[in-house]
Amino acid sequence: MESGIFFTDYRADMALRRKPTQQVRLGLFVAFLLIFPFVASPYWLTLANQIGIATIGAIGLNILVGYTGQISLGQGAFMAVGAYTSGILAARLGVPFWLSIPIACLVTAAVGVVFGLPSLRLKGLYLAMATLAAQEIVEWVITHWTSLTGGTEALVVPAPTLLGARVNTDFRFYWIILVAAGFTALFTANLFRSRVGRAFVAIRDQDIAAEVIGVNVFFYKLLAFATSSFFVGLAGALTAHYRTIISWERFTIEVSILYLAMIIIGGLGTINGSFFGAAFMTLLPAFINNVGRALRDVAPLVATLLPAVQQGVFGAVLIFFLIVEPEGLAKLWRNIKDYFYVWPFSY
Amino acid sequence: MSTQPVERLYARHITLHFGGVAALSDVSLNVRQGEILAIIGPNGAGKTSLLNCISGLYRPQSGELVFLKDGRAHNLLQLRPHQIARLGIARAFQNIELFRHMTVLENIMLGRHVHMRGNVLTCGLYWWRQQEEEIRHRRRVEEIIDFLEIENIRHKPVGTLAYGLQKRVELARALALDPEILLLDEPMAGMNVEEKEDMARFILDINQEWDVTVVLIEHDMGVVMDLSDRVVVLDFGRVIAEGRPDEIRHNPLVVQAYLGDEALMEHLA
Repeated sequence: MESGIFFTDYRADMALRRKPTQQVRLGLFVAFLLIFPFVASPYWLTLANQIGIATIGAIGLNILVGYTGQISLGQGAFMAVGAYTSGILAARLGVPFWLSIPIACLVTAAVGVVFGLPSLRLKGLYLAMATLAAQEIVEWVITHWTSLTGGTEALVVPAPTLLGARVNTDFRFYWIILVAAGFTALFTANLFRSRVGRAFVAIRDQDIAAEVIGVNVFFYKLLAFATSSFFVGLAGALTAHYRTIISWERFTIEVSILYLAMIIIGGLGTINGSFFGAAFMTLLPAFINNVGRALRDVAPLVATLLPAVQQGVFGAVLIFFLIVEPEGLAKLWRNIKDYFYVWPFSY
Repeated sequence: MSTQPVERLYARHITLHFGGVAALSDVSLNVRQGEILAIIGPNGAGKTSLLNCISGLYRPQSGELVFLKDGRAHNLLQLRPHQIARLGIARAFQNIELFRHMTVLENIMLGRHVHMRGNVLTCGLYWWRQQEEEIRHRRRVEEIIDFLEIENIRHKPVGTLAYGLQKRVELARALALDPEILLLDEPMAGMNVEEKEDMARFILDINQEWDVTVVLIEHDMGVVMDLSDRVVVLDFGRVIAEGRPDEIRHNPLVVQAYLGDEALMEHLA
């Protein structure tokens, strides 16, 4: 058992993973991610890719909501901007995906700043209303600017090509998503252990004190919207190339609420929580479906009812987890780690 | 201290209304380089409002508020709070306004914000350039942690700390700005005698060793009389007296303002 953690220089004290156990755990997780696609069935690969994209979107939303404290109901809209920008660039102009995706991220960041402007005057629920307006406006633009977006028709996006090979299978796309999600997580972790991230959290905790200590609150709020939207746009753009077919229905207010639920269940203001939330919200419906299928022969009644009550079960599980641990799955994970850290003693 | 006091900050005819209520009327005062200036007065006299004007949180309807730095006069009424902080005016609040979910270290590092340059790219790509800057400023922060004797709590979230320690962390955060003027709003409110003595010692050290000018609001008359070089007395938003502590002690207007407050009367007598 450890008696404490001691460092002899600031570099080690400020590292992302300070303890050997943390480093080992991270190493194991990375190894798992690298081996996973070779052993997983196509069904699990599809789920993994969905989780990966959702993780990126959830981290993006967490930057804004969890870390900076600016509530947003515009997640779906920002994902749509990313998806349509990258999709249109690739489908209409033949821009390669490695260029169209970064452009889409920057465009989404810019749109995020515009819709972030109300945050300079509004807080809390009032800001939520303003971002809801963003959601509605973007949806309206997509469905009505037919010449650009195809309106209510679906937009077909070509599968990306990388090193001469078409990335059209779950296995191939997995690597793109892995790199993107890894970059997002690492970038965000770095951000929040240094100057800019601290300013974001300061605004969330105490905006007047932040201003008085020298943080330009207006600038940093908009920067939070930009940074957040950048990654949300990345998630949107990846969705477009992964699905190869997108329509506005994929980016409605429901998506915004789903992602909010994701980060609340996972843990606000945490990166691993974003991943937990994304995994949970992706796997739970799949799990409920599978249970239904398994019960089809044993209890046909349950199987026929299940699709009808699926949403209800989903909601019930969410409520259950929130009651068990209001700070989210990330806190639950921390509790488990703390338990084993002092094991076999309980203090 | 030089014989000729150097003026660092002055307020002229500051008037501040909230609707029909006059919080400050025609307030003038100056702050001299290297002094500890105490602002006292009964509750609601406008002491905190005055500090809020200096930090840019309130904008007075009329008057002048000027900070002198490097031979230049900065009109504080035209600056936003973060720009005023950048000039070197730091503030600790009356009700603790720390970032509760951050650790002590992170709170104090925020005090270094204005001295750091990292942007969203350098921070996100930490190892490229930001790490060096973070470590450099961490050194300065550790000096302050050492000075205020809070080494053992540096990794604790601020929200979990005892009140007296939180006050100390807030002072540390303000100090991390390397301020030229430090505004302290009741730094000893709610502390026990021992904590007050510690805080008084810190304030004196900050003032004398680091040559920081201090503007202090305090209710404890013993502390005020012992620490301060000069005292300004506010009552109902007006300056009713100004001078050395021993002058203030015997000023009949001050005695009248505090009339009925037995404990204070004892100190003033």
